[in-house]
Formats: sequence, C-alpha cells, structure tokens
Amino acid sequence: MSKNSNLALDDLFSRLQSEARNRMEGRETVISIGMATCGIAAGAEETKAAFLKEMEEVGIEAKVVPVGCIGHCYAEPFVVIHKPGFPPIAYPNVTPGKAKVLVRSFLLEGDPVFEFVLGATEANDLLPVLTDYPRFHLEERVVMDLCGRIDPASIHDYIGKGGYTGLYQTLTMTSEDIIREVLESGLRGRGGAGFPTGLKWQYGRDSVSPEKTVICNADEGDPGAYMDRTLLESNPHQVLEGLAICALAIGAEDAVIYVRAEYPLAVSMMTKAIQDAEDLGILGSSLLGTPHPFRVRVFQGSGAFVCGEETALIQSLEGRRGMPQHRPPYPVQSGLWGRPTVINNVKTLASIPPILRHGGKWYRKIGSPISPGTAIFSVVGKVVHPGLVEIATGTTLRTLIFDICGGVPKQRSFKAVQIGGPSGGCLPEAFLDTPVDFDSLTKAGAMMGSGGMVVMDDESCMVNVARYFLEFTQKESCGKCTFCRIGTRHLLDTLDRITRGEGRPQDLDFLELLCADVKDGSLCGLGKTAPNPIITSLKYFRDEYEAHIHEKRCPALMCRPLTAFYIDLERCARGCEACVGSCPVEAIFTTKGRKKAIDQDTCVKCGECVSACPTEYDAVKKVSPPSLAPRIERLKE
Amino acid sequence: MVWLVVDGKKIEAQEGENLLQVCLRNEIYIPNLCYLNTMEKPHASCRLCFVELADKPKPVPSCTIPVKEGMIVRTDTPPVRRLQQTALRLLLSVHRAECRKCPSNRRCDLQKLARLLGVRLRPRRFKHIDRDAGPAHTHPLIEYVTARCVLCGRCIHVCERQHGKSFLTFAMRGFDTVIASLPSAALDPLQCGACHACIDACPVSALLLRDPA
Ligand SMILES: Cc1cc2nc3c(=O)[nH]c(=O)nc-3n(C[C@H](O)[C@H](O)[C@H](O)COP(=O)(O)O)c2cc1C
Ligand code: SF4
Ligand code: SF4
Repeated sequence: MSKNSNLALDDLFSRLQSEARNRMEGRETVISIGMATCGIAAGAEETKAAFLKEMEEVGIEAKVVPVGCIGHCYAEPFVVIHKPGFPPIAYPNVTPGKAKVLVRSFLLEGDPVFEFVLGATEANDLLPVLTDYPRFHLEERVVMDLCGRIDPASIHDYIGKGGYTGLYQTLTMTSEDIIREVLESGLRGRGGAGFPTGLKWQYGRDSVSPEKTVICNADEGDPGAYMDRTLLESNPHQVLEGLAICALAIGAEDAVIYVRAEYPLAVSMMTKAIQDAEDLGILGSSLLGTPHPFRVRVFQGSGAFVCGEETALIQSLEGRRGMPQHRPPYPVQSGLWGRPTVINNVKTLASIPPILRHGGKWYRKIGSPISPGTAIFSVVGKVVHPGLVEIATGTTLRTLIFDICGGVPKQRSFKAVQIGGPSGGCLPEAFLDTPVDFDSLTKAGAMMGSGGMVVMDDESCMVNVARYFLEFTQKESCGKCTFCRIGTRHLLDTLDRITRGEGRPQDLDFLELLCADVKDGSLCGLGKTAPNPIITSLKYFRDEYEAHIHEKRCPALMCRPLTAFYIDLERCARGCEACVGSCPVEAIFTTKGRKKAIDQDTCVKCGECVSACPTEYDAVKKVSPPSLAPRIERLKE
Repeated sequence: MVWLVVDGKKIEAQEGENLLQVCLRNEIYIPNLCYLNTMEKPHASCRLCFVELADKPKPVPSCTIPVKEGMIVRTDTPPVRRLQQTALRLLLSVHRAECRKCPSNRRCDLQKLARLLGVRLRPRRFKHIDRDAGPAHTHPLIEYVTARCVLCGRCIHVCERQHGKSFLTFAMRGFDTVIASLPSAALDPLQCGACHACIDACPVSALLLRDPA
C-alpha cells in the first residue's frame, strides 16, 4: 500500500472532525433513549412519544436522540438526560408515566427525581456515578464502548468520538504494518473458533489474486445471542471502519456484510451508515481521498443457523443452498466466487479500530495473555441483571454471573451455566472459577461460541436442557452429512424418551457412543459441536439422567410426565375454593371435610392451582415420581 | 509421481490426486457412497470413506485428501471401522430395507457395505425412523422412493454433467432432506427422461422409471 499522508487528506479528516464536534456541542438538553430492537421491544417508542408529548404540553424544548443499546436489558427502556448544569443522568425502566414526571420535575423545575435515578455517566458532586456499580466498573468496554452513547444514525457522532481515526492512521501504513499491529494485539476471531485474526489477514494478503473480498459475518444464528445485532444497530460505523482496515490490509476492494433478514433495524442502520460514509468520501470510489476504491454492500441472509458457517455463508451468497463445504480450501484460499476471502465476525471487526488507534500492545494488555482483549456475552436465564456484558477475557464465570449480573434471583441456587450457545456445554458450580477465554472454556467442555450464556437454577432439569438444545441443532442441521442429519435425530429421540419417563438402562451408553461418533464424523462445526450439551450434562449431571431412567423421577420437577400435583389435606383450608376455578380441566374436586383433591387422571399438570392456592395455605404440592402423589377418589354424589 | 503406503502396501500415484480414488484404483476398497471420480470437489457427505493418516489424530474422509509423497494410510483401524459402522447404521435406520422387492437386491451398495462392516441390515441399537415422503415428486417419467434414498447426491451430479445444469436438486432441510426434480415446466422433455443417467447412478434404486400405466 502506498503512503497516502498528504495535506488534502489531513484537511478532509480534520474538517470532518471539527464539524462533528460543533454538532455535538449544543447547549440544549439532550434526552438519549435506547432504541435498538431490545429497547423498542421494551416500549421505548412509547417512552419517546411520552417525552415529546409532555414537552409540547409544558412548552419546553429538548433534543430527543434515539441511541443504540448499552446492553442493560433489565433496565430498558433506558434513558440518559443531559441537561446543562447537570451531569448526564441515566434512568432505568423509563415508562411513559416516568417520562412525564421527568419532563415536569427535571426539565421544567430542575429536580432530577432521585428515586428514578440509576446514576450519572460522568464524575460529579451531585450523584453517584454508574461506574460505582459492579455492573459498570467490572465491565471493560472496547467493542461496545460507544453503544448507547451515540446516535447510530449519525456518522458525525461517531467521528466526533474519535471514529475513523484508526482507518485514517492505516492510510499511512503498509499492509505489513497493519497486519503486524493486528498480530501483535493477539486478537482472535470472535465468531466462535478463535482463529488469530492477524494470521487470517496475512493469509488473505499473501493469496495472489487480482480480486479479493472481505465478508462481515453477522448471521448470528444462536437464538440466545444478540450482540452482533446490537453492535450493528448501536454503532454500525465501528464495524465499517474495521472492514475498511481489513480491506486495506489484504488488498480488497469490495466487502459484503451478511446480515440475517430477521434483523431489519440492523440492516437499515448499516445501509444508512454505508451511504453516509460514501457521501462523506470515506468509502465508495475512494477510501478517504485515496486512489483506493472500497465498496460495501449489505446482503440479507435467509436466517438459517448453518449459514453462519463460513463455507455455507459463501454458498448462500452465491445463490446456492446454504450447505457447508469441506475445508480446505479455506475461504482465504478460495472463497466467494473463488476469490481469496477473509471472513470475520462483527465483534472481531469492531475490535480493529480501537486496536489501530491505541496500538496492538495496548490491546494485548487487556485480559488474559493467550486470548487477550474483551469478550461479549449475552447473559440470560436465571440472573438478576440479564443483558449484554463486555468483560476482559480471564474474568471468572463467578464474577460475570454473580458480581456483574447479580447472581440467581429469588432465593434459588445456581445449578449450571450453558456457555457458547446450542453447541456449547453446560458447566456446574465447580467450574465457576474458570476464567473466560477460548482455551479454558474449551478445556472445561464448553466454548466461547456465539457468546450466548444461559444461567440455570435448581429448577432446571439438565436432561431437558440438553434436549432443548438438541432440538435446536437437529432442526438446524442442513441435512448434508449422515452423522448430523440422522445422528442428531436419534440423539434427540432418545432424550425425548428419557424426559417422558421411557428411558432404558442402555440409553446412557448409547448416547455416549453416538455423541462421540457424531462429533468425530460430522462434516462441519454444527454437527461436530451439536453433542456438546449432552456430553457435558452426562458428565456433570449423570445422576439426573439416572433418576429419570431408573426411578422415573425428575429431580428438578420439570419433566411433566414425571411429576404430579396433589393437595396436602393437612394444609388445605376447609371450604376454600381458590384453586377450583383455576383448573382448566376441572380436575379439582371436594373431598372429605370440604377440602379439595386433584383427580390424577384428569390433571394436565399445568400448575395453575399452585399459584391459585393462597400463600398462607400453600397446600398444592408438586412431586416426582408421580407415584408419590396420594390418589384420592372422587366421592360418589 | 509419488509413493504412498496404504495398509502396508506401497503404491504409486500422481501428487495431489484424490486418495480415495487412488486406493480404489489399486484395489484397496474403502467404503463410499457419495463420491464419483468425475467430481471436481467431493461432497464429503456420506461420511463412510474414513481412513487414518499417520500424522492425524483422528480418522479423515479419504475423498478430501490429496495424495502426498510418503503418506502412510491405514484403512481398517478400529476408530475407522467404528465411524463407518455408525454411519452405515444411521443410514440403514432410515432406509426401508425391503430387499426382495428392490431392483437393487444383490447388487446394492448398502448390502455390500453391511457385509463388509458386519452390520445388520436392520441395526439393533437404532430405532427405525420412517421418513416422510416430502413434497410430491412431480417428475413425469421418474419415480423417487424417499425411504430408499441415502442422499448421496450422485444423481444430481451426473445430471449436471450430462446437461450442464441439473434437473434434480436437494429439497427441504435437515432430517427431511429429499431429492426433488425441478417443476415440470423447467424440465426439458427431450433431454430429461431420455438419458437415465440419474437412475443408473443411484446406488439403491431410489430413482426408477415410472410405470407407464
Ligand atoms: C454452525 C456454525 C454457525 C456459525 N455461525 C456463525 C455466526 O453466526 N457468526 C459468526 O461470526 N461466525 C459463525 N460461525 C463461525 C464461522 O464459520 C467463521 O469461523 C467466523 O465467521 C470467522 O470469523 P472470526 O475469525 O472473526 O471468528 C459459525 C460456525 C458454524 C460451524
Ligand atoms: S454437520 Fe450438519 S450442518 Fe454440517 S454439513 Fe453435516 S449435515 Fe450439514
Ligand atoms: S436418489 Fe439415489 S443417487 Fe440420488 S441421492 Fe438418493 S440414493 Fe443418491
């Protein structure tokens, strides 16, 4: 790559930056509302409307800015109000009602309504800052740093916060220099496998071909993960900048962003970002004023999980059925239309601009030495504060689950955590001190995978959990190869049987052997990893499988055919009818002493009566195996 | 020319040639269903042609391995056989083995493989699962028997070779995958139905000429 540091370029860039800063320095109140898909689902549109309406009514003006998602799902709709004279203040769970109060009390009268406040986003004398909370100070934000803090639809917001300086710097570097910086950072691909990004780029650069392509993999098929979507919706320019730097490093002139069609907001944000960057001369026929063209297009994938696999993704881009191909050849050797193609995940690419801006050495110092940097997890399930969390690698699972996400709610206890999405593994409490990085998680039997993390408490049945994940992978198998197409079906059928109470003693050996064969025999990563949830749960929770098979008992009281409800006559209140109406199948009848009983043959085990029974009686009991429920016959009329 | 050693036997081949093809040519049989030597890129989908290489910890499908000088290959180690047996049992668990009614009886690849690998045609450990017929196979001349098909894809490949573009394709997904023909409007009646290439290529008589009646 030639040196491009010329005066015209410097001018262009400093003009862009000063323009951006001018725009941001208004002296008006700014109300930022988290309006990524998650915020909208939580009612952010209504909150925004309430702000606008109330402001009009009281006759006050403020700028309402839709921003992306900061990852605190439990706090949506999430609003930050920056009023001159106050620090920017964050408010969680802002309902339209709260919005009205905020307009009148805060905007009009200058009272920030302390009972609504989560904290200030900057140090100040008035309020505690967010970073005083573990959720904020234990996080380490590199990739998501600007998410929720800028208007994703405004390229000026991004530039004003230092955006595109990484790209600007690379214009004066040779491709070797860029790759050296990435190699030095130790960055490993965040798409799951953890392949060193610098190395992949080097292969891409060394492939001799007049035409090369860069692909951003935003297929994100894991149902529990949504960080890639959040990034595209909350800060698309950081991904674009990473893409452009990759293109310079390997010598590509075009790029494709493969987004699933179910992400309409991400698609429109990204499309707008590309257009804006082209309008400013950052992309398009000339990359930031240089003679290098760089064109980016968005491709909407049909949303099959397997299309996230790189060779299937390429097939899909070429208009074919999304079926994985044997590797080698790897895409860097022969990818889209046979050209050398570097495929990187959204998070990988979004890590690139900070690396170029601050240097590879800076990045390498973050997190653990063998997989440096940060990792983003979507922590869901039984935790107090679910959401997207970006932490330095090497942080332990315990810190992540208990300190950052608030642990398991409601006096229940932690049982297991499924890490890495449907192809990951289930780890028990003994592994809570495992540091989060590619190698440690893989060694424990889980994996980084998509970064999906589901926390389970003692009410989760591990056999059922394994069945749930297998159901997903089995449905998503492309059907190409024997082990995955037919093998996962046999695995699923067996788990189904066990959770129905029809397990047989030989089932566990069968599962173990077949899991091993499916893992070793399948063509692509989907089949190779599909057995992981079974392998790990069999290893760490074997007693639960055995209870299902030998005692027809579900220890977590979750598998319906293995449980029963009955009414404890000692506790049931004479004459109370609370449960009777709640039962959808009229299984509850009056027995001796005007107490109630459940007809076991009619009961569908929905559990409605448990909630209906007043807490002071707490008379409905759930048991497993069902034979533990006393059978009471209906009295003859 | 390079030399490699397969099961202790020294054989000669072109560098980069397909290992499966080299073995078959030298009368070293390796189980396989989805490979045809006219394929530019192997499907690697039937997962039967596993072998062990001296420098790899786990078995690899030989159809994906280019031959190299000094390669040491074993085709019958216990891990190889185990994977092959499981793959075959899986295929048979969804295959309706009514051999006496089948035109392929006695020359069927599945029967041959079962004998070689010591697998019963109705595997004991695996429950038989019936496959749905899928969308109606509408080809005017060719009948398709879902319950026989092993989804090797040979028919698609030979059709494409014959006509430059295949009239057959994979349809549906995952466990429900079937072979389907293009809608009859897209079929060229002169070309398609006359050559029978797909019927001849099918190892299990899942494609048959329709009864004119
Ligand atoms: C079944 C399957 C699904 C995958 N889905 C995704 C995905 O949704 N997003 C992604 O970035 N990588 C996915 N991958 C990994 C890609 O094949 C590829 O390794 C990755 O995009 C490379 O990017 P990286 O080097 O930045 O990690 C998947 C792999 C498999 C086997
Ligand atoms: S492992 Fe599954 S998804 Fe991958 S190629 Fe085989 S059938 Fe398709
Ligand atoms: S119809 Fe025959 S040739 Fe075609 S995929 Fe099925 S088994 Fe193979």
